[in-house]
Amino acid sequence: MSWLNKLLPPKIKRENRADKPSAVPEGLWSKCSACEAVLYYTDLESNLGVCPKCNHHHALSARERLDALLDPEGRREIGAEVRPVDILKFKDSKRYPDRLAAARTETGEDDAIVVMQGSILSQPAVVAAFEFKFIGGSMGSVVGERFVRGVQAAVEARAPFICVAASGGARMQEGLNSLMQMAKTSAALQLLTDARLPFISILTDPTMGGVSASFAFLGDVVIAEPGALIGFAGPRVIEQTVRETLPEGFQRSEFLLEKGAIDMIVDRRELKRRVAELTTLLMDEPALQ
Amino acid sequence: MKPTFLDFEQPIAELENKIEELRFVQDDSVLDISEEIARLQKKSQELTKALYGKLTPWQISQVARHPQRPYTLDYIQGLFTDFHELHGDRSFADDPAIVGGMARFNGQAVMVIGHQKGRDTKEKIYRNFGMPRPEGYRKALRLMKLAEKFGLPVVTFVDTPGAYPGIGAEERGQSEAIGRNLYEMAKLRVPVICTVIGEGGSGGALAIAVGDYVNMLQYSTYSVISPEGCASILWKTAERASDAAEALGITANRLKTLGLVDRVVSEPLGGAHRDHAQMMNALRRVLQEQLKDLNTQPTELLLKNRFDRLMQYGRYREEAA
Repeated sequence: MSWLNKLLPPKIKRENRADKPSAVPEGLWSKCSACEAVLYYTDLESNLGVCPKCNHHHALSARERLDALLDPEGRREIGAEVRPVDILKFKDSKRYPDRLAAARTETGEDDAIVVMQGSILSQPAVVAAFEFKFIGGSMGSVVGERFVRGVQAAVEARAPFICVAASGGARMQEGLNSLMQMAKTSAALQLLTDARLPFISILTDPTMGGVSASFAFLGDVVIAEPGALIGFAGPRVIEQTVRETLPEGFQRSEFLLEKGAIDMIVDRRELKRRVAELTTLLMDEPALQ
Repeated sequence: MKPTFLDFEQPIAELENKIEELRFVQDDSVLDISEEIARLQKKSQELTKALYGKLTPWQISQVARHPQRPYTLDYIQGLFTDFHELHGDRSFADDPAIVGGMARFNGQAVMVIGHQKGRDTKEKIYRNFGMPRPEGYRKALRLMKLAEKFGLPVVTFVDTPGAYPGIGAEERGQSEAIGRNLYEMAKLRVPVICTVIGEGGSGGALAIAVGDYVNMLQYSTYSVISPEGCASILWKTAERASDAAEALGITANRLKTLGLVDRVVSEPLGGAHRDHAQMMNALRRVLQEQLKDLNTQPTELLLKNRFDRLMQYGRYREEAA
């Protein structure tokens, strides 16, 4: 820590912008963090956060994601009434309620998932999207419960269930309750199986730990976005364990496709159409117009 | 077997050493010091009782990892007869970090599955310190499906630092293997009883711990992340593991209070490793009772109860829309 930092009172939040690649910053211009191309902000936006120069898929917020998948009309949010509580009175350098409040301020969301019922190219669907900026998209009780309510809504509406994951794993601050969300979400998929409704799992950058090791790979079709980091253990943990450098592209979507772990890699700009086609095929419905 | 003492047990270790010395002296001495030995033994017991009466969560995780703690194969030997170990996932390899097979419990045929740690260095490496790779979870699932086919109840023993974080494990789908087990265990059409006997390390533990009864031994732990892992992320140093252990709520009693486990099985004074036989008896009684209960339940009810219980995991509040 530099002497300057020490002088600043701890309450002043210092944001070190240099080591945080801005995904889609506001303003007229933006720079792609992958290829450094200078782009019009509107260019990025009209490409759903995909760099038109290098195809890098920048992170999307949960609501941007839902906008990219769902038709604008006839949407209904599911499980918004479910809110987090601090069961363990968890405190590390920060109290858990303070972390929740900070995440709420930063993202405008109450927890790390947003679930919405609506339609994809006029086909009914329920879509759950993770908000990575909310405590690393971590899965605690609220994520688990909203996920399950989304599944139930899909069954009721006889619609497919689509989940877009972006998560560092289970939420430490809720302790074992978070671990149990892995069992809860995975078990809930039975309801879709019994109703013969498709579960499409879309893995985006990053999908790790407890989310990766529960429902994420249980999709009837598992899709990944290009270049996403997907795995059980984080690369740093693996490196420390095996004490060797990881192979190039390890745990990236392309690597997973080669290893047979996922069905396909789909460019975000084609995702909506692909999901609609896959679900109509699985449900043996007429082809899209 | 001479017990190994943990750091916080040093006062007990000193007393026990003294007792040993006196015993040695007594052998070739005309003086009768048996009274003194008895006095020290009583003191040692009282000290153990006092120490174990107020263990911190971090101390409990040390006991859970004690090198002399009974492991899955010890429980299999102590509680079951006619054990026939089955090997392999049928597609890649046999993972020695998970053992399983058919056996009899009080004469009833069951499938028993558990994580297995090693005692000496060579076996520790062979068992990969109880950290399974995907083939271990797939073997476990294969055995569970076999149990389902023949209507055998499944009894699992959980004792792992976690699923192995290695290159090969990732390449072969560690995540998928764990997730698949969670899904399948939730709807396995036979009774499933799970007992955490040592370390319940995160997803790697949960992958064989979805069942109708979840028990924990008194000094076992069950956690979303290891105290060291949590400390290095949230406190930026693994040195704060004891704070993390406290915050995470990983002990049997705490988890029972939180409604996340059904039963805490008492351990002998000073931990399960002090008296394997007594530990076996305590666990036998619990398994007996639970198996008896589950044996009478119709499959549909069993599955409904298991599902409902999974769905009620988690604490949240509901705000009026």
